[in-house]
Amino acid sequence: MNTATASRAPRVDPQARRRLATTLAALVVAWPMLVLSDFQPWRLFDRDSLAVLGGFLGAFLPPETAPDFLRLLARATLETLAMATAGTALAFAIGAPLAILGTRALSISRIGPGPLRWRGAALRQMVRSLLMVLRAIPEIVWALLFVRALGLGPAAGVLALAITYGGMLGKVYAEILESTDTRPARALLEGGGGRLAALCYGLLPSTAQELVSYTVYRWECAVRASVVMGFVGAGGLGQLMDQSMKMLNGGEASSILLVFLGLVLLADLLSTFLRRLFA
Amino acid sequence: MSFRLDAVGVVHPNGQRALAALSLAAMAGERVAVIGPSGAGKTTLLRVLGAALRPAEGDVRVLDAAPWDSSAGALKALRARIGTVHQAPPIAPRLRVVTAVLSGRLGRWSTARALRSLLHPSDIEGAHEVLSRLALEDRLFERCDRLSGGQFQRVGVARALYQRPDLLLADEPVSALDPTLADATLGALVAQGEATGATLVASLHAVDLALRWFPRIVGLREGRVAFDRPAAEVTPALLQALYASEGGPATQAPPPPGSDAMPGLPGLPAAADARGLRSVCR
Repeated sequence: MNTATASRAPRVDPQARRRLATTLAALVVAWPMLVLSDFQPWRLFDRDSLAVLGGFLGAFLPPETAPDFLRLLARATLETLAMATAGTALAFAIGAPLAILGTRALSISRIGPGPLRWRGAALRQMVRSLLMVLRAIPEIVWALLFVRALGLGPAAGVLALAITYGGMLGKVYAEILESTDTRPARALLEGGGGRLAALCYGLLPSTAQELVSYTVYRWECAVRASVVMGFVGAGGLGQLMDQSMKMLNGGEASSILLVFLGLVLLADLLSTFLRRLFA
Repeated sequence: MSFRLDAVGVVHPNGQRALAALSLAAMAGERVAVIGPSGAGKTTLLRVLGAALRPAEGDVRVLDAAPWDSSAGALKALRARIGTVHQAPPIAPRLRVVTAVLSGRLGRWSTARALRSLLHPSDIEGAHEVLSRLALEDRLFERCDRLSGGQFQRVGVARALYQRPDLLLADEPVSALDPTLADATLGALVAQGEATGATLVASLHAVDLALRWFPRIVGLREGRVAFDRPAAEVTPALLQALYASEGGPATQAPPPPGSDAMPGLPGLPAAADARGLRSVCR
């Protein structure tokens, strides 16, 4: 009898068919996208393309090390670091309060639920929409706008970063706070505690690592974004890069890229250090 | 009057009814144990009393206030006067014990004091005093994730004691403790009630503990009050009826060898029931 039941038990993974179907569906969706985006990577390896690429990359060697240029590079690096740091700090000042307002994890009216829960939900929706507007417009567009208003230089970049990255930080902070165990914060709110206290005693202990790591990653992105914004005149390494490219000076460009590599490495080290600090 | 529930009904979002036309009241300073099989609505009842769950039906008055007709500020002030011990302490595991205990008074502290206390604990003496009542004072500066399950549960009790609430609610406060510690911890909760005049309402799985520490026993079954009487008048027949589907009431004592009694499983031998009841009603 045992063998009879055993042979009747399914030997085929009941999920197999569904997984195959999902894979096929993903391919069916992805294929038109690749066609639409004119994705033909093999064209990279045509003889003509290879020659062009080779010439372009060859001009990058050796990196430029003339003292005059290095002085210029150091100044631009400082400018970029200042722009990214000030921009991220301002973005934090915009994003953090909006995240606290917008996260469901710190809602008092949801307890019960209380009589004011619709008002709370409406406020959170408004905050979320505001965050969406802030981050929907790319920083390069803001930079173009502010360069006209404030003139050439890093100040325009700082403002552009603050607005777009404020929207990103606010959204992701709010979601990080919601995806951890929210019961400690809720218990504190149920004990009559305030939102800020519940955040610091209930949510930050378990999310500090992730929040810090995302913030440092955003700072790293800000460093990179500053290149693009430099192209529209917002100063820093980007502006230097723009000039080098326009003068077809590959050596200078590769020196600048090496600095970027160093900065990303720095961000990584900083992130690792801070994560260990909050472990 | 510490609290009064009138015909309170709660239906969970999944459609399951947790409380049905439940009426219950207690005077200030009373000690009430809520017992009943799992799923009887004990936790839901405590959440209603703690102004954490708003019942769809009925009328709630807690500490001379109607929580769901109060302004947001009044409700916050009311909640600060209610302390809750949860079965699984909702405490961020990375907090230190001292911080976790002090967080009991966040409802009364200003935000500035709360933030300052995170940098340097603002009342180390107070936390130490409360922890010493639970034999945990040597863990003061330990992180909560380094504690055993039983120690962690007592930190949750310590937090509620430190809050010094007027209404103290405890949901299975000793479920992770061995019999000796469970007894001592309930003793600490009762002593706090006597010292501060607070009302104490505890749901308990172990009937013998309920009968020993609480003068008034409320039996809950399928979201209704099955009985509500002084501990001395709780008879084995009452308990038998209350726990009918679980094969008899549970006690703190470990099950006798040979009986593989599993609470929650129907169809247990009658002998196991009789043994359980004897130890309850000795």
